[in-house]
Amino acid sequence: MLIRFITLIFLILASAAPSFAQAPDPKPLFNQLADADFNAAEKLVGQIATTGDTRVVPALNAFAEGDLYFRKSDKAVFAAKPAGAQLELIDPVTGESAGQVAKGAVTKIRINNNLRRAIRAALGGLTLMSPDRGTRLSAADAILRSPSAEALDLVEAALAKETDATVKARMEEARAVSLLSSDRSIDDKRAAIATIGKLGGRDALGILNAVSSSIDASLKPDLDAAITAIQNEQQLWDMAQNVWYGLSLGSVLLLAAIGLAITFGVMGIINMAHGEMVMLGAYSTFVVQQVIRENAPGLFDWSLTIALPVAFLVTGAVGLVIERGVIRFLYGRPLETLLATWGISLILQQSIRTIFGPTNQEVGNPSWMSGSFPVGGMTITWNRMWIVVFSLSIFVGLLLLMKRSAFGLQMRAVTQNRRMASSMGIKTPWVDAFTFALGSGIAGIAGVALSQIDNVSPNLGQSYIIDSFMVVVFGGVGNLWGTLVGALSLGILNKFLEPSVGAVLGKILVLVLIILFIQKRPRGLFALKGRAIEA
Amino acid sequence: MISAFIFRALKGHIVVTVAVILAFAVLVPASNLLLAPDHALHIPTYVMSLMGKYLCYALLALALDLVWGYCGILSLGHGAFFALGGYAMGMYLMRQIGSRGVYGNADLPDFMVFLNWKELPWFWYGFDMFPFAMLMVLFVPGLLAFVFGWFAFRSRVNGVYLSIITQAMTYALMLAFFRNDMGFGGNNGLTDYKEIVGFSVQGGGTRAVLFAMSALMLALCLLIASAIVNSKFGKVLVGVRDAESRVRFLGFRVENIKLFTFVVSAMFAGIAGALFVPQVGIINPGEFAPANSIEVVVWTAVGGRGTLIGPIIGAVLVNAGKSYFTGAFPELWLFALGGLFIAVTLFLPKGIVGTIQSGFTGRKAMRAAADAEKGRGDVTAVAQAAE
Repeated sequence: MLIRFITLIFLILASAAPSFAQAPDPKPLFNQLADADFNAAEKLVGQIATTGDTRVVPALNAFAEGDLYFRKSDKAVFAAKPAGAQLELIDPVTGESAGQVAKGAVTKIRINNNLRRAIRAALGGLTLMSPDRGTRLSAADAILRSPSAEALDLVEAALAKETDATVKARMEEARAVSLLSSDRSIDDKRAAIATIGKLGGRDALGILNAVSSSIDASLKPDLDAAITAIQNEQQLWDMAQNVWYGLSLGSVLLLAAIGLAITFGVMGIINMAHGEMVMLGAYSTFVVQQVIRENAPGLFDWSLTIALPVAFLVTGAVGLVIERGVIRFLYGRPLETLLATWGISLILQQSIRTIFGPTNQEVGNPSWMSGSFPVGGMTITWNRMWIVVFSLSIFVGLLLLMKRSAFGLQMRAVTQNRRMASSMGIKTPWVDAFTFALGSGIAGIAGVALSQIDNVSPNLGQSYIIDSFMVVVFGGVGNLWGTLVGALSLGILNKFLEPSVGAVLGKILVLVLIILFIQKRPRGLFALKGRAIEA
Repeated sequence: MISAFIFRALKGHIVVTVAVILAFAVLVPASNLLLAPDHALHIPTYVMSLMGKYLCYALLALALDLVWGYCGILSLGHGAFFALGGYAMGMYLMRQIGSRGVYGNADLPDFMVFLNWKELPWFWYGFDMFPFAMLMVLFVPGLLAFVFGWFAFRSRVNGVYLSIITQAMTYALMLAFFRNDMGFGGNNGLTDYKEIVGFSVQGGGTRAVLFAMSALMLALCLLIASAIVNSKFGKVLVGVRDAESRVRFLGFRVENIKLFTFVVSAMFAGIAGALFVPQVGIINPGEFAPANSIEVVVWTAVGGRGTLIGPIIGAVLVNAGKSYFTGAFPELWLFALGGLFIAVTLFLPKGIVGTIQSGFTGRKAMRAAADAEKGRGDVTAVAQAAE
């Protein structure tokens, strides 16, 4: 009730404002546009705006679109929209139809980019008075983006009437921005600089830099201080953005490597087909999405949730077959395992290529994975955000499985002392088989996530296998925490090297650093402690 | 002493293999050059080039066998040494183009003109001289192997860890050579060669000589490798492979032994690469791909590691198979290769030659044992045969 009342007052104020201010009628101003050149037109647009008459908004919009015409017979100006072969003329102020004319009877008023900018500013000023809160807010934003001295009076007029705190704050900023390019007093401008300085961000920096050449010398120190402050803040945000990119890359690495951490780290199997398990997971997602697209398009947002168990089961089963069929004959011969699994990876790749073709497959993003949201001075895309969350939850889940479940206990027992575990009644061959299947299944789940950010092609796995090995070796074999720390630190290191040396060289440097690191700590960051000596 | 070292290399089967290779070195070019094209025994030039390529691969596999078969270092980065040798040769061949390139610039290779470079980078100096380039063919892979091995072996990185970081090494090099501003032709690599020591690269005679050179170098390297593994040093090498800690506890400097072998092997690989490039006419960063290095491992495994002859046979067989398959059933080749990897590791861990040899010595041992039972043989024969 109250809101409606306030809105009513605003409506009355907005419509009454022109008559109280005894502003000139905008109609003759419009008519002058017929003879005006670009410069004159720019002034006229400013004058139309200062009338504060919100009824002219549609006409100005039409002008910006190039739909403003004057009638050749009397040089009266109208907005126009096509009506069949003819044009329907619309009065620029009242918005009433003024009948239809042939296209030859009117001439289009020409427009250029300067004029468009002036119109945008004018519209910004006019919509500041709008009764709708959202419109006022976006009007203030428009002025913030393209400030002009002409808008200043309008902003101040609007400020005087504004009651909403958020809108008011935004308008204050818009006022400060416009003030800088006006001819107000030094003190006003100083205050304005302070306001903009507090605002921060790239836009504010751009505004301050733009006026720095033309501004009064006495304001220079204030301006420079504000610019430095914003730049410092900007640097912090850039740093934060880099850390975020690094975390995001790190979580991708973590996803790709965590299955390997189980097969390589816990079981000591070099599974070169691990990348292909990731690839199979991604293709499972593709198949699930195809089925959903054809049978139940409404479920598309759930496709990833459905794909997760499917991918886990598919790749887990493939892993089980590989372990029972090949790897179990090769225990204790790690180098041979490496060769055999490489052979398996070639076969898997070629099978997928034969079935699905060599080209990239289209895997869609569900709606909750697309788009982005701002955090302070940086933007975070939803898919990256979800992948970070997802990989961390996989990590936690796996950690719990290893530490808290009976299967995890058996797994650790077999890792530490196979013969003793066997003597205690643990079926070691089955623990081996299911551990391998678990590692493969996790790789499949990783494939579901990676299908969202990478090309789904038969070569998908190849691009991750070396990185994954690096992560596991760097983090320390046989330790999930090592994999976590390894993945995140490699991700962040990569992203911090990238801006200064470029992506490829950054990657090379990381590889060289890891090779050097291995020399120093051959068992990785978190080495298992023990007195065992090899061979 | 040196003659003793050389004589020790001349084991029966090595002599036979060298003789066969040398016969190839003479007969194949002779058939190509002397016989009329319609003669039944005439070998066309493209087949000869293909066989020359196989011989280069055989040399690469031999190099890998020296470190893997005798020293237990499974290098997944031998393709890098091969490619480096190839690049050294490629750089020499690029400099020989002179002003006959597309841009006609006598001082700079075409791709540098294209990238708007003003002068030759320092690492290209000297590559217009053949002896210097040949020295680099040995020196660059050797140096990389030395630096890499010195760090890795000293800190006792071994087994799978070593395999993985050698793979990372070749991967990093591949990324590096793909960069245009490295000065090695980027993506496209080095190609469009004109002549080698004054002879046209395309010419039939040059091709024949290149083939003969490949065969000769293979024979020479086989002799050197045989001399190494049959010396006292070779015995220690096998000791390092089978029980590294024990050899160390006996007072040997294991890391130096490994380093020496690794460097020699890298130089072999470099030679193979240098002979490979003029015969195929191009070297590009794709040669650094980790998959290539792993393929070398499978040639060696198929032929039989630790036999020196096996890898040569394996490389030729697998590559001949590859040529056939990629021509006849292109989509089946990866299945065949993958199946080969699995089958060899599961059913033929000693490889073709290794299996034949052990079958041979096994029978000998059995016969000796039977003889001993009948009281005709002596016990030492059994022990010798079993060794």
